[in-house]
Amino acid sequence: MSHSFSDDRPSTHTPVGLIAVAWALVGVPLVYGLYNTIKAASALFGG
Amino acid sequence: MAVPSFLARERIVARPGFNRWLIPPAALAVHLCIGQAYATSVYKSALVSHFDASLTAIGIIFSIAIVMLGVSAALFGTWVDRNGPRAAMFTSAVFWVAGFVVGGLGIETGQLWLLYFGYGVLGGIGLGIGYISPVSTLIKWFPDRPGLATGMAIMGFGGGALIASPLSRQLMNFYDPAYDGTAGTVPNGDAVAALFFTLAAIYLVFMMFGAFIVRVPADDWRPAGFDPSSVKQKALVTTESVSAANAIKTPQFWLVWTALFCNVTAGIGILEQAAPMIQDFFRTNGTSTVAAATAAGFVGLLSLFNMGGRFAWSTTSDYIGRKPIYMVYLGVGAVLYVLLATVGSSATWLFVLLAALIISFYGGGFATVPAYLRDLFGTYQVGAIHGRLLTAWSAAGVAGPLIINGVLDTQGTPGELVAANYRPALFIMVGLLVIGFVANLMVRPVSSRWHEPKATTPATARADDERSAVR
Repeated sequence: MSHSFSDDRPSTHTPVGLIAVAWALVGVPLVYGLYNTIKAASALFGG
Repeated sequence: MAVPSFLARERIVARPGFNRWLIPPAALAVHLCIGQAYATSVYKSALVSHFDASLTAIGIIFSIAIVMLGVSAALFGTWVDRNGPRAAMFTSAVFWVAGFVVGGLGIETGQLWLLYFGYGVLGGIGLGIGYISPVSTLIKWFPDRPGLATGMAIMGFGGGALIASPLSRQLMNFYDPAYDGTAGTVPNGDAVAALFFTLAAIYLVFMMFGAFIVRVPADDWRPAGFDPSSVKQKALVTTESVSAANAIKTPQFWLVWTALFCNVTAGIGILEQAAPMIQDFFRTNGTSTVAAATAAGFVGLLSLFNMGGRFAWSTTSDYIGRKPIYMVYLGVGAVLYVLLATVGSSATWLFVLLAALIISFYGGGFATVPAYLRDLFGTYQVGAIHGRLLTAWSAAGVAGPLIINGVLDTQGTPGELVAANYRPALFIMVGLLVIGFVANLMVRPVSSRWHEPKATTPATARADDERSAVR
């Protein structure tokens, strides 16, 4: 995604891999938590 | 108070071309850690047994942490805004982790006061600073979608408990194999202390990761295609700046404080009592038709709706506006509470549906409120204003359990209560939600006399000076 700046500082580029790794680092634990909670909640429906 | 140069705000102003989608993981790295505060029930019984203390004596640990959250967010909010998110996240990590280490030592040495001081006081300070900083940073990176931004961060706080609960059970089982997580087994104190030290190490790594990838946008930055004047067209939304010191002098601040307090108090009423409540609602002739395992599943389902509501409702507020969505939380919430009190015991599915929706509104209220503040007071010191507003959470954290437990104490003995015993407490919550609804209805745009003069807005002036020193 490109963004607008009006200053003259040298520009940078955020590697897509870095963004993917950052999201994975927080996403994997979140999926672990969601999986365990859904497993617990399934008892409500007789699972 | 000056901070070391590697933490300074001017060191983390993003250069042109920086991708803002790196910021939500930074915010989540902090909120997923501090969200552990909602998972303290996992080791509550173990601490009661280890210290030979009452449930109340152990429950106070959580209460101290939530009160300290509000106090520290209110006291350090301006410091957080002035020094930027890296300094704030770093400081939050130090306090949060120190809280676990000192608390773990308290458990290891059998000194309950050390647990109060560690997890309650030190950890609570880490909670307060860590809660507000990522939120205000995301608001600045997503001026086009502030509800989505705050929803992402505060969803993480709800998600933190979802991670910490099963992780804590597995770790305590690892340190004390006799404990298998089922009802009736309790881990020993050494296992809980080891859990504290392990969580401290994990949270230190995650929170430092967030602190070191976070950036703030340059003062004149805006997303491609975003026209700030289009935001101004919406009612209640300002492009002006109001300082935290002035914000608390406005009726708008206290009206939103009241709305948040009422919404949180009502939600805590259900969250506090969730597992026994569903069993009591379906008790006939002294026996509940809802098993303990099913009640635990209900608590899990509420956690999911608490987290999902934070993201979904806050994002929705970007389209329908902050005041209308709060009318939904409080107005529809009041109707749902009436239904819960009157027909909630007629069918389990209806009870679950009503409670889940109420809890989604509870989570939504938390996630939407920073964007509401940003609409009313601008982004200038929104972190500090948010910090002051979180005292409503602290107050609700005391009022909610007091109301529900106080009323239930007058109604009978735990384990023998039925749906009718909950009605007085539920109707008190309805009254609170109506008060909150009226308060929200009275919110009008902030008077121009509270706006900062544009040329002398300190954050702007400082950012101009700093622009040449950015990395």
